[in-house]
Amino acid sequence: MSYVDIERQWTTRLRQRLVRLLPPDRLLPDTQPTYVSSWIYVFGVTTVAALMVVIATGCVLAIRGPQWWHGSSVGLFVNSLHLWSVEIFFFSMVVHLWGKFFMAAWRGGRALTWMTGVVTFLTSIAAAFTGYLCQSNFDSQWISTQAKDGINATGAGAYWNVLNMGQMLMWHIVLLPIAAVALTALHVLLVRVKGVVPPFAETTEMRS
Amino acid sequence: MLGRGRIVVTTLLAHFGALLPLNAIGHYLHWHIFQISVANFVVIVLMVLTFVAALLLPFPGRRRRREHQ
Repeated sequence: MSYVDIERQWTTRLRQRLVRLLPPDRLLPDTQPTYVSSWIYVFGVTTVAALMVVIATGCVLAIRGPQWWHGSSVGLFVNSLHLWSVEIFFFSMVVHLWGKFFMAAWRGGRALTWMTGVVTFLTSIAAAFTGYLCQSNFDSQWISTQAKDGINATGAGAYWNVLNMGQMLMWHIVLLPIAAVALTALHVLLVRVKGVVPPFAETTEMRS
Repeated sequence: MLGRGRIVVTTLLAHFGALLPLNAIGHYLHWHIFQISVANFVVIVLMVLTFVAALLLPFPGRRRRREHQ
């Protein structure tokens, strides 16, 4: 195979494009700009760390099942870890969102980064709500009967039946986690491609 | 038979649970058409306080990094 043929392969072109878009030193940088030395920049990574704990504890709960997480002390502990990591996840994500909103973090061609964050937030809310339906206790029964009226009022009840435990469980442990993790990965990669948004003052200096 | 450490932890958790009875009926705040549970209100207040603290508190090593540059 000639050099020209190799250069024309789709794998070669895709690799070259990806390396141009995100060189290794930008994907895993050694340093960050000085303005990143602030607590407000910590909450994005706190959200990702909490998501890791959510996924890990969710996997353990899926392996052992409801009798375990309701009936044993270790199961109750892992169940609580799952709940509280979700609390920390949303807590950090909201503070991260406020910080980025007041920084206008969509500046400098970062609109897609902002929008992937918004969609991740909405997906996570759906994941959390379906989680309430999958507890397999009286709480989840009560919540599902209340939620069905709201969902039916939107007309989506024919497709999204909150009383259907099997459907809600699949959304909670398969579709929504895949979407949330994929969107988070895309969001982080876009942050690496475009870099962390600079403060307003620095942008003004750069323009002048 | 429970170990001594485990008994201490279980007793402490039981006292903590007595301070925050999670099985009790929830408390709500009302203002005109707005209604919010005390628990959710406390979480929102904590998020606002965390946000303000993140803006105001100095980040460790920031001065050293600036001097280095």
